[in-house]
Amino acid sequence: MKTAAIGPVIRCEKLTKRFGAFTAVDAISFAVAPGEIFGFLGANGAGKTTAMRMLCGLLGPTEGAASVAGFDVFTQAERIKQHIGYMSQKFSLYEDLTVRENIRFYGGIYGLKTAAIREKTDALLQRLGLEAERNTLVGSLPLGWKQKLAFSVALFHDPAVVFLDEPTGGVDPITRRQFWDLIYEAAARGVTVFITTHYMDEAEYCDRVSIMVDGKIEALDKPAGLKQQFGVSTMDEVFLHLARGAKNVE
Amino acid sequence: MPAVELTNISKAYGATQAVRNVSLTVEPGELFGLIGPDGAGKTTLFRILATLLLADAGTATVAKHDVVREFRAIRNVVGYMPGRFSLYQDLTVQENLEFFAAVFRTTVRENYELVRDIYEQLVPFKDRRAGALSGGMKQKLALCCALIHKPELLLLDEPTTGVDAVSRQEFWHMLSTLKERGITIVVSTPYMDEAALCERVALLQTGQVLRVDTPAALRESYPWPLYAVRAARMHPLLQDLRAYPAAHSCYAFGETAHLSLAQPDAAAEAHLKAYLTAKGHHDVSVAPVPATIEDTFMDLLQTHHSAPVS
Repeated sequence: MKTAAIGPVIRCEKLTKRFGAFTAVDAISFAVAPGEIFGFLGANGAGKTTAMRMLCGLLGPTEGAASVAGFDVFTQAERIKQHIGYMSQKFSLYEDLTVRENIRFYGGIYGLKTAAIREKTDALLQRLGLEAERNTLVGSLPLGWKQKLAFSVALFHDPAVVFLDEPTGGVDPITRRQFWDLIYEAAARGVTVFITTHYMDEAEYCDRVSIMVDGKIEALDKPAGLKQQFGVSTMDEVFLHLARGAKNVE
Repeated sequence: MPAVELTNISKAYGATQAVRNVSLTVEPGELFGLIGPDGAGKTTLFRILATLLLADAGTATVAKHDVVREFRAIRNVVGYMPGRFSLYQDLTVQENLEFFAAVFRTTVRENYELVRDIYEQLVPFKDRRAGALSGGMKQKLALCCALIHKPELLLLDEPTTGVDAVSRQEFWHMLSTLKERGITIVVSTPYMDEAALCERVALLQTGQVLRVDTPAALRESYPWPLYAVRAARMHPLLQDLRAYPAAHSCYAFGETAHLSLAQPDAAAEAHLKAYLTAKGHHDVSVAPVPATIEDTFMDLLQTHHSAPVS
């Protein structure tokens, strides 16, 4: 299988980031397999954002080693950016561009040819049921549609891995679950999904979950394994158990 | 006399109808939740109650005062914590608190008792600029500033959004302490699990009230037979359950899927196990489960979506 040949899509070995005397990310090590849905949890201030920025090629690490989609975070940050997708609740699409313009813009950013963009745009709009809205400003779409579109745009250039930073904040419970259907479908196609969330029920939907506390990964396992390890029945309890011991309280 | 009364309140921004004909009452001393996603109208309702925005239609009173004619009286008795961090970023923690006390012609010392439990957690950072605080700390400072003039009513717009589970739990603990002091609290949240911590909640969607009731009554009002179903793999499980002929709805709920049936079926557990096993699922378990507020909310959303807009 292709997946076995290329090994982990994300690999960290004692990855560390210090800001002056403060160690934001403290020697984290893990590997994420192709097609895996990997939940990256932690309290505010635990170091999640810093770690994610390093993995996206946006911030140089202090020490350790890491690769994403086969590229080194120290020396090939630009290549990483080309081979990953990114979506967050805070930053996704341009509200004052239309649906089609947003897709064309992102396709262009990722270096797709005009003909390819046109062809893929039609297929995407059809799949999302947004054909009638192609010339609608994104700002006037309901939030749930925006999120689905943002997710699809993040995958438009067929990246090996997509980073989702709290993608489901603020949406209604049905839309939140529909969003997870999209995540499952992408993972089934072989896309690796790296996701942060504050919804603990969503931690249950991940194949494996890591929990960061004070810059370190304190626990990493399947949700069932974590619950067993801490002798509790929900991921909420696992999280509270670990995060309560944090020193870098915000 | 209710602490808050909204009667047929509507508000539009251009072509967007943000709030449609909302009527609600909140009793004195009540911890009342406005529950709904972005775009439900929560912030608009708070701004109308805080006398910062005029409704297009309808009337509202806060502490017996009309929000239009008696807005000055309301501003003295209401503590408002907006959804977006609205303190002065370049004042320190202590300066912000003193500023808000001074604006209301009081002092930090006079009402310190009310904020003591919360402010003590901020004391180590009292000389830090508010803009340099982290999320959980900003939230605590904002609550202190909303409380420092000893309001009768607290209006808290999504105080726990984007805040981690530990800080959320601490925040709700603070709210229950404030409630014990007799302060009326109206709080909004997109988190369904927080609805259970309120005495009564209004479930909102696209500017309309879907239902107002106690958490217990909302759970009991769920109309369908509901089952928690487990199997080794969630995504195929959801797909197969949605295709189950007797299914009414099926949603993921943490490690289980919640399946509601269109008709009661005395042998539902055996039927479902046989169906799923035939579809190749492993480690299947099926058990009846009481509905949560989230189940009820999703059911109302579905009904609401399929009903013609009046």
